Amino acid sequence: MPTKDGARLEVRKTYKLYIGGAFPRSESGRAYAVNNTKGKFLANASQASRKDARDAVVAARKAFGGWSGKTAYNRGQILYRIAEVMEGRHEQFSAEVAASEGLSISKARAAVDASIDRWVWYAGWADKLAQIVGSSNPVAGPYFDFSLPEATGIVAVLAPQESSLLGLTSVIAPAIVSGNTVVAVSSFERPLPAITLGEVMATSDLPGGVVNLLTGSASEIGPWLASHMDVNAIDLCGISDPDEARDLEAASAENLKRVRRPAVEDWSESPGLSRMTQYLELKTVWHPIGV
Amino acid sequence: MLARVTTTDNGVDSLADVTSSEDRLRRFLLGLPGVDQVGAEARAATLSTRSIKTTAKAYALDLAIQMIDLTTLEGSDTPGKVRALCAKAKRPDPADPTAPQVAAVCVYPDLVATAKFELRGTGINVASVATAFPSGRSSLAIKVQDTKDAVAAGADEVDMVIDRGAFLSGRYGLVFDEIAAIRDAAGDAHLKVILETGELVTYDNVRRASWLAMLAGADFIKTSTGKISPAATLPVTLVMLEAVRDYHESTGLHIGVKPAGGIRTAKDAIKYLVTVNETAGPDWLDPELFRFGASSLLNDLLMQRTKLATGHYPGPDYFTLD
Repeated sequence: MPTKDGARLEVRKTYKLYIGGAFPRSESGRAYAVNNTKGKFLANASQASRKDARDAVVAARKAFGGWSGKTAYNRGQILYRIAEVMEGRHEQFSAEVAASEGLSISKARAAVDASIDRWVWYAGWADKLAQIVGSSNPVAGPYFDFSLPEATGIVAVLAPQESSLLGLTSVIAPAIVSGNTVVAVSSFERPLPAITLGEVMATSDLPGGVVNLLTGSASEIGPWLASHMDVNAIDLCGISDPDEARDLEAASAENLKRVRRPAVEDWSESPGLSRMTQYLELKTVWHPIGV
Repeated sequence: MLARVTTTDNGVDSLADVTSSEDRLRRFLLGLPGVDQVGAEARAATLSTRSIKTTAKAYALDLAIQMIDLTTLEGSDTPGKVRALCAKAKRPDPADPTAPQVAAVCVYPDLVATAKFELRGTGINVASVATAFPSGRSSLAIKVQDTKDAVAAGADEVDMVIDRGAFLSGRYGLVFDEIAAIRDAAGDAHLKVILETGELVTYDNVRRASWLAMLAGADFIKTSTGKISPAATLPVTLVMLEAVRDYHESTGLHIGVKPAGGIRTAKDAIKYLVTVNETAGPDWLDPELFRFGASSLLNDLLMQRTKLATGHYPGPDYFTLD
């Protein structure tokens, strides 16, 4: 739409949360200014509150049955689909990562490439995890005894603060690949790629509620997620203060959450299996034979 | 806000006259002032924006628990399920002995004896649906016998359904006589009359049915069976609360109101309590005069209660499935 002087009127994007497959504003009505690394204004982001986290957990619980009940093969297809759709938005992701992280456009492109490749890598694991982690167990009796991994439930993720897209991808994908659902709090300073990732997920056959993305302060929302009795695991990688991490770990103990402690991580390295196996429960079945 | 009903509006001097013949009854009911639909819905929407926090919220949650008619009305109900429900009614939150008991357990007539036995000595009432629930489609003799069976089995409260077919075709006298007959059959038991507002179509009909039920001797008027959608809504409950308020002004009698079906969250329950307080008045904030017909609502109230007590969000895994 041209203005009087012929210049086109800017259409600026409203960055909102991603909860239950929809894009609501924060229940609290709060927003905060997001700047690039040089302090120049980029956009306003919604600042999620504890009640948004509460709603996100409800959405994640609702989605859990359907998502964990899908075949592993189907989950793999959907994760791959996320990579496909990200590929089509490559330029947008690159621009946002470059602006958020202060990278050159070529380095930002490399980070987006690595993020997309990571989705593909985890997509491949969906129907192979059971073979690696599961087992058939020799027992002294007429039983066929086997152990199979199952999803643990809702995983709360306090996403890395530095790596806005590759870091976020590297903590969400391993949680959902095995059938968990996720409530993630994005990087506070660099939230924009997270919401664009939410837009990708909304159009990738990923059922609403499987991934819920909150932009805001991990220190504010973290304690509510850590003490939430309906959350089954928590990844603390976005917390740098050791005292804060200890408090969150203590709060998580109330319902015996699986806790992943913060550690120095290089997101560009091959991730290994540890994040996937962290959020699994092994179910062992004794099946009578020879009767 | 909405037009109030007084007996003089309709050219009658006392409500006793109204019920002296079907003709007068019809003239009275059709002469009731119409309900402003937009106004009622706007009023309900405004009342539901009130913010109830901290101590007021704690009070509201406990009051709402005490107002619950814990209900199971499924074809698949078994004595075991009713026993489990009674255990929950007595001790809603086993982890927290301060959680109050519910008001009543509501079951089909054949399970009244089971519930009565389980609830002996607790002060919790047993309510039974009767009169060919939920359709109300059978002869008066059968409906009366259904009611007598429930009362004989020990029901303290009887939830009857009105004949919506008769009401909608304007046979108000028939509906009136039926309610009066069930009133007699129920004896000392409290009589709740289910209007099934989802089938009455208009708020005007809800107001007429409310008055009809109150004139015929109802102790409570109840929105729905829970088998029809929409079940209880806030505007419908508002219209019924205005009817009991107006009836109270005309006669001095307190009639109770029971929304049933579709109220699942503590937030919804608190909206109803606000509406009760602002419409009928604080007298009605009492389990004797206001009830919720619900089952899943109780767990949400308990979860909110736990959140207030512990300061962190509880999960559904820690409350009973029912």
